[in-house]
Amino acid sequence: MAIWLPLLATDRIEKGRPELRELALVLSTPQNGRTVVTASNRRARKEGILPGKVLADAKAMLPELQNLPDHPATTARVLESLAEWCLRFSPIASVDAPDGILLDISGCAHLWGGEKPYLDHIVARLAQGGYGTRIAIADTIGTAWAQAHFGTQGTIVESGQQAAILEALPPAALRLETSVLARMEKLGFREIGQFLHMPKSMLRRRFGDALLLRLGQALGTEPETLEPIVPELPYQERLPCLEPIRTRPAIEIALQTLLESLCKRLAKEGRGMRSGVLKGYRVDGNIQQIQIGTSRASHNPEHLFRLFALQIATIEPALGIELFLLEAPFVEEVPKAQEALWETKGGRRQVAELLDTIAGKMGMDAIHRYMPRQHHWPERSIRATSSLDEVPDTDWPADRLRPLHLLSRPEPISVMVVLPDYPPLLFIHKGRTYKLAKAEGPERIEQEWWIADGRPRDYYRVEDENGARYWLFRSGHYGEGDPEWFLHGFFA
Amino acid sequence: MEGVKKEIIESLREQILLMEGLKSGRIEMERTDLGLQEIAHAFPRGVFPTGAVHEFISPTAACAAAANGFISGLLSGLVQKGMFCLWVSTKRSLYPLALEGYGVPPHQIIFVDVKRDKEVLWVMEQGLKCDALAAVVAELSEVSFAESQRLQLAVEKSRVTGFLHRRRPGRQRALACVARWQIRPTASYVTEEMPGVGHPRWEVTLEKIRNGKPGRWCMGWRQGKFTLLPDLQRVAAPKREHYA
Repeated sequence: MAIWLPLLATDRIEKGRPELRELALVLSTPQNGRTVVTASNRRARKEGILPGKVLADAKAMLPELQNLPDHPATTARVLESLAEWCLRFSPIASVDAPDGILLDISGCAHLWGGEKPYLDHIVARLAQGGYGTRIAIADTIGTAWAQAHFGTQGTIVESGQQAAILEALPPAALRLETSVLARMEKLGFREIGQFLHMPKSMLRRRFGDALLLRLGQALGTEPETLEPIVPELPYQERLPCLEPIRTRPAIEIALQTLLESLCKRLAKEGRGMRSGVLKGYRVDGNIQQIQIGTSRASHNPEHLFRLFALQIATIEPALGIELFLLEAPFVEEVPKAQEALWETKGGRRQVAELLDTIAGKMGMDAIHRYMPRQHHWPERSIRATSSLDEVPDTDWPADRLRPLHLLSRPEPISVMVVLPDYPPLLFIHKGRTYKLAKAEGPERIEQEWWIADGRPRDYYRVEDENGARYWLFRSGHYGEGDPEWFLHGFFA
Repeated sequence: MEGVKKEIIESLREQILLMEGLKSGRIEMERTDLGLQEIAHAFPRGVFPTGAVHEFISPTAACAAAANGFISGLLSGLVQKGMFCLWVSTKRSLYPLALEGYGVPPHQIIFVDVKRDKEVLWVMEQGLKCDALAAVVAELSEVSFAESQRLQLAVEKSRVTGFLHRRRPGRQRALACVARWQIRPTASYVTEEMPGVGHPRWEVTLEKIRNGKPGRWCMGWRQGKFTLLPDLQRVAAPKREHYA
């Protein structure tokens, strides 16, 4: 449900000073060296004084015009308290700056005997408080907003009828930027229906992504969420202790108790902890804390306990800890369906827990998993991923032979070559000479100019007389400066 | 009479294997095929012992690459069914992209890079305790007998296969591993007369195996499987390696 308070700024002042209600009232603010009307009440609007007019012009039209300075910050505060007041109608209310309130009314209307009585009730209650409103109910925030601002008062858009309702409304109902609206005006789009069924690519090219997003949000194809004014409860558990705690077993018991109650809540909401902090408030005012991170959201108390247990030794209880606080600053949905799908012989959960244990001791940056990347340059053809569930989006390239061991930094060598572009006969690496028996190549790999500048590499696969196989490359061409040779890897 | 005797001996042998921490050979045979049938006669009960820790010794960088090639070939048989494998090392030089050539999907390998041998062993032990893994490979240089015993105890419970790859070891010492291997690269081979470098060929030495027969073979890797090459072309006389 979208509630629009078109006269919020003036209604607010009239509420405090009822004598102004019968007069034409405007609020104004200085702008670019002149005073501009920013809000006008009902009487003033009847006289044709709309926001945006220069105050001097308005005064000329209506000499008895009352003028007060505008305080947008106060208005915003009033709107916020109104939104809080609206919590009596729905548990999720959000402020739609500068002059609207959005309510998520799923499952609320039946308490007032249906959507119509519910809507009428809200209108009446707000009118009682002195606020003029325009309200609409729809499936999506976008459509409700459009209908409240540009449709008829008190509309209830039937489920699935967004497109039909939107067609007759002007493009401004889509909450677009003024520059986009100006372009639409120029092209003669006066109603949404004129472009609603146009191909998306064309709309994107002309008006940008914002239009498609807003259109999608109004139609319900793109998600949009309310930002509730009452924040959700943080994932936090407290455990005050009767006596200050000093021993490890006692800390473990406290931790277990906290984890169990927090995990119960997380499990109920289908979420899991990605990071956790245990704080111990000491008698002398010092705060001891340990923290953990997991590679996958988890609400398994035993597993989380094991992770914390690795660090309990670092807590210094000194005179004793009197309060324990367990927080989960970062929680995530636990992918239930996915887990069931991938479960193979004990499953990924066990592997994820193992990795958490390792990360807890060695640090998260010790663990690597790689995905293919479509680059020929050897150092760039893999990328690291931190997720255990990610699967490669392209196949691993199998057409080119790559060495099993790759040096992180190619090591310079000196070589003997018969002719330019011939594979070397021998190479010297760190003072040792390797005579080569077999060779193949070159495989030229060009530097990707859009990423980095540099010389191309000519790779040779060679084998020395002992049977060891190497990957050598020449950086640059003969004839253009001095080419350099490097050892880059070992074949099995 | 003969038949009965044979049966009794068979069952006693199986009992001994079980007591020594090896799973019954028959069950293993059905489960994993690692492509080493041609040298199976060297293994206890004719089956490559999975669910145990194997030691590999590589004195040089070239040997290390060959040993990792051999291990990757074995892994390809173990990582079926999308199971993960842990690869722990101090100075990792393995290039994940090349694993594809050995039949191992590189994204099924989780690399853990740590600084010291002790940390490698700790991670390896944790990994060997987790039976959701297909195998654990550890690259390090030094490991003591007591530490290898811990690893053996871990695999006896979980049946995960462990590969302990010692690169440039200080000195050889007896470890509580089921087998000790040494893989040395030898001249590559080609099937037809083709120029260039051919398929990898290794001199595989099984220096020690519990309840098996040590041996030395020449093996190659071609088209995703091990092949036993009949002629063991010694590359000169095997030189004495200097352990650094």
